[in-house]
Amino acid sequence: MDIINYLKEHENKDMLRFLTCGSVDDGKSTLIGRMLYDSKMIFDDQLSAAESESKKYGTTGEKIDMALLVDGLQSEREQGITIDVAYRFFATENRKFIIADTPGHEQYTRNMVTGASTADVAIILIDARKGILTQTRRHSFIVNLLGIEHVIIAINKMDLVDFSQEVFESITHSYEELANELGIKKRYYIPVSALDGDNVVDTSEHTPWYKGKTLLALLDSMDISKEVKEESFRFPVQYVNRPNLDFRGFCGTIAAGSLKVGDEITVLPSGKATKVKSIINAGDISEANRELTCKEAFAPMAITITTEDEIDISRGDMLVHTSSMPRVSNALKVMLVWMDEKPMQLTRSYDIKRATSVISGSFDHINYKIDVNTYKREQVQELELNDIASCKMTLTRPIAADIYGDNRLTGSFIVVDRLSNNTVGAGMIVDVARRESDKSQEKNIFNIWNDKKQFLDGTNVKRTFKERQVVFLKMGKNIGIESDGKGKEFLRPVLVYKKFNNEQFLGFAMTSQKKEGKFYYKLSEDSYVILSQIKTYSSKRISHSIKRVSEKTLMRVHEKFMHLITPS
Amino acid sequence: MINKKRLTHLKQLEAESIHILREVAAEFSNPVMMYSVGKDSSVMLHLAMKAFAPSKLPFPLLHVDTLWKFKEMIEFRDKRAKDLGFELIVHSNPDGIEMGISPFTHGSKVHTDVMKTEALKQALNAGGYDAIIGGARRDEEKSRAKERVFSFRDTNHRWDPKNQRPELWNVYNTAIQKGESVRVFPISNWTELDIWQYIYLENIEIPSLYFAKEQDVVEYEGTKIMVDDKRMPESLRKTSKKEMVRFRTLGCYPLTGAINSSATTLPEIIKEMLLSTSSEREGRLIDKDQEGAMELKKIEGYF
Repeated sequence: MDIINYLKEHENKDMLRFLTCGSVDDGKSTLIGRMLYDSKMIFDDQLSAAESESKKYGTTGEKIDMALLVDGLQSEREQGITIDVAYRFFATENRKFIIADTPGHEQYTRNMVTGASTADVAIILIDARKGILTQTRRHSFIVNLLGIEHVIIAINKMDLVDFSQEVFESITHSYEELANELGIKKRYYIPVSALDGDNVVDTSEHTPWYKGKTLLALLDSMDISKEVKEESFRFPVQYVNRPNLDFRGFCGTIAAGSLKVGDEITVLPSGKATKVKSIINAGDISEANRELTCKEAFAPMAITITTEDEIDISRGDMLVHTSSMPRVSNALKVMLVWMDEKPMQLTRSYDIKRATSVISGSFDHINYKIDVNTYKREQVQELELNDIASCKMTLTRPIAADIYGDNRLTGSFIVVDRLSNNTVGAGMIVDVARRESDKSQEKNIFNIWNDKKQFLDGTNVKRTFKERQVVFLKMGKNIGIESDGKGKEFLRPVLVYKKFNNEQFLGFAMTSQKKEGKFYYKLSEDSYVILSQIKTYSSKRISHSIKRVSEKTLMRVHEKFMHLITPS
Repeated sequence: MINKKRLTHLKQLEAESIHILREVAAEFSNPVMMYSVGKDSSVMLHLAMKAFAPSKLPFPLLHVDTLWKFKEMIEFRDKRAKDLGFELIVHSNPDGIEMGISPFTHGSKVHTDVMKTEALKQALNAGGYDAIIGGARRDEEKSRAKERVFSFRDTNHRWDPKNQRPELWNVYNTAIQKGESVRVFPISNWTELDIWQYIYLENIEIPSLYFAKEQDVVEYEGTKIMVDDKRMPESLRKTSKKEMVRFRTLGCYPLTGAINSSATTLPEIIKEMLLSTSSEREGRLIDKDQEGAMELKKIEGYF
């Protein structure tokens, strides 16, 4: 084939990431080695190196040990096991493949979880002589937990059971039960012999009863695109690009959905809304034209967005379509995988990194720990390495959260220990606590107001104040700034009566109109304390202070107020 | 409406790399990008320009010059810096210069240790960088296959292959203490073919040494090397002959093997690569020192 045409075709290749699950004895590394070898992507000199190493560590006699082609680090090679996660690559005419090669033993559950987190497809190896084992149950559970929808069950070592159709079908039958129990969506069964290459790349002459595709043909052709309704647009803001005063772009990778110029978007958790002014698709920019814009972009493009309004947007925020907003909450129900030697401690503070935001949080309660082999639930007080559990997580600030099943990238997080800086856990959001207001079937006006209030109370300014001060407060709803009819800030004088802490105080509203009687205390000719209008105020409302009354005056106000509220 | 849009594999790889580069710029206070002038560096530079457009690069590029690089590489490097307007830092090990380290007299191991590994540590210590972006790919060598995209290094720049942080989804742990650092590999998931295809597709400038030309070459330790200057021992230079050759990787000229080739265009190079039977690092003498050489070098702080 002409090379130019060849290149044109290959520019349009697709990409598929898959995970292989199995233990040393299942022939997993052999299977991967076989795929790499047979798809002609192993270069000759890597192969010749493998030949000399086979003599040192090999386990297959005179044949080339396929496993040595893939087992990475020296120390691991000597032990004859694969630890950690290794990534391998090969390509066919249609697709580029990324293999996450992970160990299968229970003590490496965290490695398998890691490999599964980015995979579209999983291959579960079953030894035809042994059938479904405890580890098969474990691998299937993890694959399902991490949201992998397509599972290929490769029934290996068929050569050792004389390529028996009966054996194959019996294992297929048992696995169907398991898959149904877990809810694995799509499963595919293939009889293979990795050692000799049967049904890996080439169709085996030993299994005339098998009419399906070979492993590679299946990987090459399976449809992994999600047929979903227009996905909700999710854009975790990653980086603010501000080269000069005229340009302020918000960079990030689209986690889901698509976006067009002019779309109405909301910034979460602040709740501010604006419109998309322009989209720069980083992928389209050439060196010559560094400011190319596009009309539309979709996941997983890396783009830069500019907005119509100059509103406050920073790293960690999430941009979403105003018409399709996720819940915003700091209380989440999660499935947590513990990955550290040091056990997880309830209520201890950890850093939770979700997409581009890092917020401290804690696990307040373990609902149950799940046994990955039996799927039984247990009550426990702490989590150890490789434990998987349902937990309640509380963050110190709310985030816009999706369910992992709906969105892998906005529904997942890692847990970072604040002392060691290690990644000690990984989690998937399974439920976002509803606010009280959502619980009633009919939302009343108060609830709607309450919803708005959460977003409107955006000020973080701390005001200092003292008792006996007369301060001007921003009144009205929980809005940072309230305007009156004339568009001016609506402020009201209040006397600080009792300071509870730096954030809150008890205060009396004041008026400039002349008032008399038991409800009022006269400070001066044009200022009267309204004793019946006492309430707790937030210091956030304070605009400024105008004066401070004497201790004696405050005591008189106190006495008159006590008199007023003493029951008759 | 059914949404079945998918990006091609190169566009997916590109988006992933840009995501990683932006994550570095957002999370670290003093990052630097390694620049080796080769094709992988050229791709990385191109991706970085895209990631931060219309701004300039938010980090400098660092070139560890062993003083034995091909002359053309240095010219190419300086021209790129001028054309694209990035900040370029060049460092060579002054102790090595004083000792007059030469691959011909001291051998590849000493030369690499002093002029590359040691020089790199000096430059990193001097710069106090908390993130060092490198162009390594997982398909290059077996020990790289297990390395994280954000790969933690202790205060001595050491890698602990058995104690790596789990890395899930596209969420990268960037937390470090003062003095520690992270090596970041944005093109981890690219293969050699991906790199070449991308260079072709995006029309990325690369040094002309990658293309076949008539050059003066000599046989040296089982490999063909180019006569780039007079520092090559005269006895060796005397044996030189003109051949049509090109290079699959670029490094120190005495340690970089040339291959006979007639490929003068990118498609021809790619065609040759697809049909070739030896992997990329064959041309690099450094890996042949011992089995597992790269793993040991990495633990010591080499990329």
